[in-house]
Amino acid sequence: MLKIAVVGSGPSGFYTAEALLKSSKAEVDMLERLPVPYGLVRYGVAPDHPKLKLPATTYARTAALSGFRFVGGVTVGKDVSVEELKDAYHAVVFCCGAETDRELGIPGENLPGSHAATAFVGWYNGHPDFLQHSFDLTQEQAVIIGQGNVAADVCRILAKPVDDLRQTDIAEHALQALAESRVREIHIIGRRGPAQAKFTDKELRELGEIPRACVSLDPADLVLDPASAKEIEDPRGQTAAWNMALLREFASRPLAQARRRIHFRFLESPVALYGGQNLGGAVLEKNRLEGPPFGQCALGTGVTARLDCGLLFRSVGYKGLEMPGLPFDERRGIIPNREGRVIRDGLPLTGMYCAGWIKRGPSGIIGTNRADAVETANHLLADMHTNASLPSKAGASALLPMLASRGLRCTSFEDWLKIDAAEIARGAEAGKPREKFVRIKDMLDIVSHQAAA
Amino acid sequence: MATIVTDNCDLCRFTDCVTVCPMVCFHADDKMLYIDPVVCIDCGACIPVCPVRAIYEVKNLPPDKHHWIAINAERSAALPLITDKSQPLPGALERKKQLGF
Ligand SMILES: Cc1cc2nc3c(=O)[nH]c(=O)nc-3n(C[C@H](O)[C@H](O)[C@H](O)COP(=O)(O)OP(=O)(O)OC[C@H]3O[C@@H](n4cnc5c(N)ncnc54)[C@H](O)[C@@H]3O)c2cc1C
Ligand code: SF4
Ligand code: SF4
Repeated sequence: MLKIAVVGSGPSGFYTAEALLKSSKAEVDMLERLPVPYGLVRYGVAPDHPKLKLPATTYARTAALSGFRFVGGVTVGKDVSVEELKDAYHAVVFCCGAETDRELGIPGENLPGSHAATAFVGWYNGHPDFLQHSFDLTQEQAVIIGQGNVAADVCRILAKPVDDLRQTDIAEHALQALAESRVREIHIIGRRGPAQAKFTDKELRELGEIPRACVSLDPADLVLDPASAKEIEDPRGQTAAWNMALLREFASRPLAQARRRIHFRFLESPVALYGGQNLGGAVLEKNRLEGPPFGQCALGTGVTARLDCGLLFRSVGYKGLEMPGLPFDERRGIIPNREGRVIRDGLPLTGMYCAGWIKRGPSGIIGTNRADAVETANHLLADMHTNASLPSKAGASALLPMLASRGLRCTSFEDWLKIDAAEIARGAEAGKPREKFVRIKDMLDIVSHQAAA
Repeated sequence: MATIVTDNCDLCRFTDCVTVCPMVCFHADDKMLYIDPVVCIDCGACIPVCPVRAIYEVKNLPPDKHHWIAINAERSAALPLITDKSQPLPGALERKKQLGF
């Protein structure tokens, strides 16, 4: 039996584990830094999209396959080194996602009131890392930089009537803060034109369907340059064509009285944030597009305007964190690899693989990681097959005592099932599908309570 | 809402759609695939990867393809699941060209 360590328990970790276990040639130990599994399915996907969390039910089926072990509460690179994993396992697959975000790199970026969209997402989803964050929702003007699906999620959560969130698994602290929200105007700003917005048509359509909110945009922004017009006629531009149709429909709506207003703005980039003790606003530079269809860049025109706002979220991309002991592509924020085989100086590193966002960057949705992880798993199995004289490896029987000797309290998948059940029971009292434990200590208390009982 | 496979899938079987589906909702007969509307979560992962653009979210379904909603529901209930990539059917590449992709 091959002994494989998978680092990370998001979609790519579970799809890798599934492919390896189904080959019947491998046992998989999945190491996760949090006590609980599922990565961004639990902590990224928005609370008002419960159906999109259902892939977790298929992950629970994978976890029930024989040969699977979950080891929660272990940060690879800190609690255990890559070298130590290499000694204990035939191969290690890094599925640790893109855990940090790209900054705007402009003056004033660190003013209080300017945030990473991911911090807000982590906060409303009850991620233990983001508990200490607070967001000043007494501000009336909010700005979101970026026009992808994460920006759309942030916009929707800010714009929705709080009553529409009460029956979701949103964290209680977020629900309380959003109930007091005074946000009225939300500007969602793209550096390129409407045909290059990265939203899927589905996320965009939802922004036009929020009760007591209205959408607004300048019809002049919908006049396309020739290259963009070509893009939306091309089959590759199908989503953009659907988006354009939605935006045209938004622009044709009569002005309405509304509690909250979402402004779509295009061809603008922030060049500085201003303010005193707090964020006061953003200086936006008007852009123009240059380049061939599907290769158009935004170039600054030098024309700037100020937009006052007390709250700003940047959502301009994510990148992975460097893993000590592994090569890292700083520019792309990924582990350098060829179809999932980790490479250093052009050569594959024996026994080192990666899948998911840390392999290809933060693109694609949950299911995209399935095809991606299967590719990595197939290469791993092929490499191990050709390497006939594999030494035997100790796997968990070496890893677990090592972690215990370092004073770590690790969780198993059975522990997670107890936490899961306790969260669902807590939620039922409030009419929510679950009430997450947001402190690691509370998660672990459930496990030890039940062990004692 | 639902996500629907339509006639362009006929005799293709590229199954790129199946490889990215996070649920297990594709069913197949000898000719084409169908999505089980009960299991599908409308995540949209399969839509952009289909090389012949056979899959639509209901809201984007052209009016002349609306009968495919019922066909997907009926056929998926009667047919076996398909969970992994399979070989394209013979002639699939020519048909793809013929469809203009
Ligand atoms: C805000 C947001 C909303 C999204 N919404 C949707 C949606 O609605 N639908 C959809 O289909 N897709 C959505 N996506 C995309 C989807 O979440 C990703 O495609 C997917 O989660 C990527 O999977 P992954 O396994 O590569 O990474 P992740 O899901 O990020 O999993 C990585 C895991 O590794 C763990 N980890 C990291 N470092 C270490 C370490 N050193 N040691 C141990 N463990 C570690 C992390 O804790 C995490 O659990 C969303 C993404 C974001 C950011
Ligand atoms: S990828 Fe498209 S054509 Fe191929 S099997 Fe799937 S739906 Fe049919
Ligand atoms: S929309 Fe998502 S869940 Fe539905 S069939 Fe396509 S990939 Fe599967």
